Amino acid sequence: MLIKKIIILLVLLILPTKVFALIEVDITRGNLNPLPLAVSPLSIDDKSKKSFEKILKKENIGSEISIIVENNLRISGLFNPLNKDAFLQAPDIANLKPRFEDWNLIKAQALITGKVTYVDEKLRVEFRLWDVLAAKEMMALAFTTVPSNWRRVGHIISDKVYERLTGEKGYFDTRIIYVAEEGPKTKRIKKLAIMDQDGENNKFLTLGNELVLTPRFNPASQMVTYLSYFKNLPRVYLLDIETGTQEVVGDFPGMTFAPRFSPDGKKIIMSFAKDGKSDIYTMDLENRLVERITNHPSIDTSPSYSPNGKYITFNSDRSGYQQIYIMKNDGSNVKRISFGKGLYGTPVWSPRGDLIAFTKLHKGKFYIGVMRTDGTGERLLTENYYQEAPSWSPNGRVLIFYRETKTDNKGEGFSAKLWSIDLTGYNERLVETPTDASDPSWSSLLSN
Amino acid sequence: MILSKIFKNTLLVIMACLVLSACATKKEATIDSIGGQIQGDVYTGTEGVKYLADGVPDRVFFATNESILTTASRETLRAQAAWLRKNSDINVILEGHADERGTREYNLALGERRANSAKDYLMTYGISSDRISVLSYGKERPIDSGSTPLAWSKNRRSVTVKAN
Repeated sequence: MLIKKIIILLVLLILPTKVFALIEVDITRGNLNPLPLAVSPLSIDDKSKKSFEKILKKENIGSEISIIVENNLRISGLFNPLNKDAFLQAPDIANLKPRFEDWNLIKAQALITGKVTYVDEKLRVEFRLWDVLAAKEMMALAFTTVPSNWRRVGHIISDKVYERLTGEKGYFDTRIIYVAEEGPKTKRIKKLAIMDQDGENNKFLTLGNELVLTPRFNPASQMVTYLSYFKNLPRVYLLDIETGTQEVVGDFPGMTFAPRFSPDGKKIIMSFAKDGKSDIYTMDLENRLVERITNHPSIDTSPSYSPNGKYITFNSDRSGYQQIYIMKNDGSNVKRISFGKGLYGTPVWSPRGDLIAFTKLHKGKFYIGVMRTDGTGERLLTENYYQEAPSWSPNGRVLIFYRETKTDNKGEGFSAKLWSIDLTGYNERLVETPTDASDPSWSSLLSN
Repeated sequence: MILSKIFKNTLLVIMACLVLSACATKKEATIDSIGGQIQGDVYTGTEGVKYLADGVPDRVFFATNESILTTASRETLRAQAAWLRKNSDINVILEGHADERGTREYNLALGERRANSAKDYLMTYGISSDRISVLSYGKERPIDSGSTPLAWSKNRRSVTVKAN
């Protein structure tokens, strides 16, 4: 319903040419010198331009797509897209053969060029990535899709460029599901909302009649699991965002909460609270079998699988205070891994497998941090009055989380917003949303 | 006699120390200023408190991260139990809440634990578990939107609400 599958009809016009000493971007450290690059507006012929103007109500779809690419690359913090006013070469000619000395003059190290055409009621894009210093083509791709997918075209180009220049998958053709918030803190109205990773195409998925919390994407499909207070019974639900169908997960005599999918998308792991204790359970979505994973008088919650599905991290107060643990996926070998000062919660396993992101409370401050899966190498990325619930970008390089502000002495001035930060601790950014927002969850790449 | 004298003197010394330290640090001073409404991190005031019947307050309060009932909370719950015994047709929902200084999911569990600790106490005074249901709101429904220790103490609560 929301997204029509993009059709990649023609990929790889020309394979990447032989590698010399081509430019590369190191993303393992905080990048204080983003790579200067030029995004030449995608060229477009007059006839195509008029057709798209009619269909999409955009005067020049070529420039619009290149603006998406520019914004994505800028926001990543790794690239510095140069001002178009300085470009000397016309877009159509640059796409055929760049005059490298001109691009060199404005200090561009990489150049993106391309062309959009209207073919058989479809949008066809070709683009090229050039290494300006080596005067070489690094990549050329073309694909065709329905015109309404034009924003995704921009995101896919960004992902390809990011991948070619950093050696790692991008994260731009993705979406964020989150909770949109409105109204006073004591009577907050919360709705599920979804948007593209860059904040565009925002849509509300529920009306706000009941409290909803903690939506999470299925990494393998367009499903979402979340907590809803429908009929004042807090239960874990499953929502198909293409069809809008919802169903309650399992038949538990009490509150189920903190849901998350297994990496293959076939199970939901969650907490079930009864008689003052919360334990972790899984439900197989195919045969509906429920399995108990932990059995302890403490609070065990916020479970998250390792990417290979063999381990689970969660937080528990079995030591007396909230701390992070790992165990095997059957609940055996429970081991505490957080030993620093303060309380630790909301552990989430990185899609790369090597790190666990968490929220930490220490001396009245909240931190988002990461540690290795054995608890060593703790690094705190950001400190604030209140923030929690990190969610990883699919390439494991960026975390999105939410932050709340302190109210003034009249109890006013509360706000909740989404923020993102690099794994390096650099490039902290507000992710703009139409309303207040919390509980973000990052999708997988939509096109793979 | 000698012992009690020693005891008295020690007490005086301790009290003097307390007075001195209260003046010495700013932190002590703030606790003192809201002292009338918080005791040992638990709210003891009456703001927002409703009454199920005359002399039967609807809620009990908790210390940070705790679900242990204080002496005052037990007294409130005994009054609720007596009222429930008298009104055997009434069922209740115990709504458990947490303050804003904790992660959302943990607070949902903590609210459930607090409401259950009130439920257990009502049951020991003869109220059948069939008449009590538990609903946790975690930190989603504070009654005070402030970001102060006093506001947080009012929000750490279990509220008994009539279900019918």
